Amino acid sequence: MNGDFALWVYLSRTPLLWLTVTLAAYLVADRISAATGRHPVANPVLIAIAITGSVLALTQTPYPTYFAGAQFVHFLLGPATVALALPLYEHRATVLRAFVPMLAALAAGCTAALVTAIGLARLLGIPEAVIVSLSPKSVTSGVAMGISEALGGDPTLTAVLVMTTGIVGAILVTPLMDLLRIRDMRARGFAAGLAAHGVGTARAFQVSEVAGTFAGIAMGLNAFLTAIVVPLALHLLSR
Amino acid sequence: MIASLTLILLAQLAGEAGARGLGLPVPGPVIGMALLLGFLALRDGGPPLFARLLPRPLSDGTLEATGKGLLANLSLMFVPAGAGIVGRLDVVQAQGLKLGLVILASTAAALAVTVLVFVGVRRLLGSGER
Repeated sequence: MNGDFALWVYLSRTPLLWLTVTLAAYLVADRISAATGRHPVANPVLIAIAITGSVLALTQTPYPTYFAGAQFVHFLLGPATVALALPLYEHRATVLRAFVPMLAALAAGCTAALVTAIGLARLLGIPEAVIVSLSPKSVTSGVAMGISEALGGDPTLTAVLVMTTGIVGAILVTPLMDLLRIRDMRARGFAAGLAAHGVGTARAFQVSEVAGTFAGIAMGLNAFLTAIVVPLALHLLSR
Repeated sequence: MIASLTLILLAQLAGEAGARGLGLPVPGPVIGMALLLGFLALRDGGPPLFARLLPRPLSDGTLEATGKGLLANLSLMFVPAGAGIVGRLDVVQAQGLKLGLVILASTAAALAVTVLVFVGVRRLLGSGER
């Protein structure tokens, strides 16, 4: 066995290497995003995933090996969710003033996400089992996978579709809102969190703290409402 | 920073314990968020003795800075899960193109409907721009 290879074998098995790769990929992605003036298409989540995914494919690294290092970053999702309380508390007056518009937008947005997803999928002849996995696509992945599994869907497929939805939503939100001439950061953020969960919320925090705060609220409320409404929507829209 | 992280983790831990123990359908970190919100309200509006007993970093802005530091890098935290998905794109199989189309259209629709209802109801109530 040659020396370089032995070193690689050693390093590739320690959490250090993959943690470093994850952070470095994110730094590169964030620099690219900043260099484009935070252009929506240069989404840092998408770029960092592409870089990391390519490195894993090129080195033929099994995902569990990678995750042994990357789990430290993944773990931070929980504390970050808890930390949403901080901007929420700081902007509590703004949030309370927008209470009624928020609830109305939640009900309408949740319905629109479900009806368009299930309706279009049926129209295109997508199999029923796949539709079940698709329906909670706008909800944060942990909750979405739970919904999908409970209704007989495939949680892995749901995870893929949820992540795709998040990235698509994070890319679409800015140009779409500009097109609709919406300047209210509360409304823009709320839409991003409702339609594109955490990835949309991350995008909203890039744009403004108020937008991020409202995105966080929308993400939480929609997870709750979608979990209740999905079985009903699948039933009502069944052939 | 350690005091702030400890508080955040404590809130999450209590949230997870509550969610599991009581069989609540809400994710633990979301309950943790509510608990942290309660802590902040108690710190600023509760008995002065409570605020005085706290470690300084929890009331001098360090907690806020720590939390916002986490949130500013929220994008990073989706990378490990996202990288796993790159390897599982096979589950999409033959439906890939159709699913992509549905996601694109449905996400755009959800964004537009949400924002238009939000702005529409706000105008209806006349609650101003800010």
